[in-house]
Amino acid sequence: MMVIVDYGMGNLKSVQNAFSEVGYKTEITDDPNRIKEASTIVLPGVGAFRDAIKFLKNKKIDKELIDAIKAGKPFLGICLGMQLLFTYSEEGGLFSGLNVIPGGVKRFPASVKCPHLGWNKIKFTHNSNSNTNPIFQDILDESYFYFVHSYYCEADNPQVVYSTTDYGLVFPSSIWKGNLFGVQFHPEKSSTQGLKILKNFGELS
Amino acid sequence: MLTKRIIPCLDIKEGRVVKGIKFVNLIDTGDPIELASFYEKEEADELVFLDITASWEKRNIIIELVEKTAEKVFIPFTVGGGIRNLEDIYYLLRAGADKVSINTAAVLNPLLIQEASLKFGSSTIVVAIDAVKIDSDWEVVINGGRTGTGLRILNWVKKVERLGAGEILLTSMDKDGTKEGYDIKLTKIVSENVNIPVIASGGAGKPEHLYEVLIKGKADAVLAASIFHNKEYTIPKVKEFLWQKGIEIRLAGEKIRSEKNNG
Repeated sequence: MMVIVDYGMGNLKSVQNAFSEVGYKTEITDDPNRIKEASTIVLPGVGAFRDAIKFLKNKKIDKELIDAIKAGKPFLGICLGMQLLFTYSEEGGLFSGLNVIPGGVKRFPASVKCPHLGWNKIKFTHNSNSNTNPIFQDILDESYFYFVHSYYCEADNPQVVYSTTDYGLVFPSSIWKGNLFGVQFHPEKSSTQGLKILKNFGELS
Repeated sequence: MLTKRIIPCLDIKEGRVVKGIKFVNLIDTGDPIELASFYEKEEADELVFLDITASWEKRNIIIELVEKTAEKVFIPFTVGGGIRNLEDIYYLLRAGADKVSINTAAVLNPLLIQEASLKFGSSTIVVAIDAVKIDSDWEVVINGGRTGTGLRILNWVKKVERLGAGEILLTSMDKDGTKEGYDIKLTKIVSENVNIPVIASGGAGKPEHLYEVLIKGKADAVLAASIFHNKEYTIPKVKEFLWQKGIEIRLAGEKIRSEKNNG
């Protein structure tokens, strides 16, 4: 079973609808046991970092997520769900994340309008054809995706960055480390291209 | 680079699309979901549903419509019209709207912007502002333009931003429906004075108007209704035009076309 982690915020139904459109049944849950039993996990994202991490810790979901990632289960973090994978975030103070990807989450500079909202291009960073991310199969370099966020991730290890996007500065728009995938954009709101990514991810389950 | 957004607006009354529907290739031209899906295929960047249902008793129809739209449409959509309080916002977002736009209620109770953006996140709260030109300034009007407020445009947009709005949907009531072009000066002055995205609305009659308001008016996005609904121009044609003029635009056909040109 593929689960969509419910941390009390955001429109999880959109993610569920999008998976359903490409043929995958999902369960929305905040039950750590269901997450433990899941074969595949999606951590979606809308809302504030602080509230999200607090919720995950209080519900003891954080441990299950880390265990699932370590166990090699396919795991997709979307937007805030990707940011939560990092060591810390500067959103509304300084807060610890799940720390599975060393690095931090920072605010865009004042020189650009915030939030970064709308369709922007992704550029693949990989330079070897053998190093192909399964969820980006059939996605062309420089495809457009829909973004809504005021904070961006900065990874200590550039190897985990699979694509970057330019908005005032160049930031990671997706990360990839084995079974662990993160996208800063919203595939569930990125029309055909986004649905393709979700379908590719579904196929790993 | 972030692209400029092209946003068709659908007027909805009791669950049906009203005004200028001339799509011969649609089975049911009044069906909002079908029209929304059509626009998604046409590569609209977002959609706005403006609910003009007058009677409160029939308001649940829009909720059902939002639910069904969210199941079938995979680009962001905003729902506006008649939103009064946090509860209205909650139900629309829960039903699957990505954003809501509040207009009159925000003017009558500005704290609604703050409460809503704290509760649901700034990026879900669009404040719609209707403005009319008065001498060398613009005044904010409400109730569909029928009621003046005495609010000066810049005072209001700065306040709206400070209270946590994620975006401003700015309509020139002077230009709305004229097809003579957007109010460039109004859009420019607003866009230069806030650090949140501004969607220009009112007056689109041809692609040049969109170009002008994006470049001279510094808008981040453009809303248009009749030029698309009446099929005077299609979205791909308008996007192609803007792209040719050097505007950053999402064009999925871009690669294919450039490959064709090269080959």
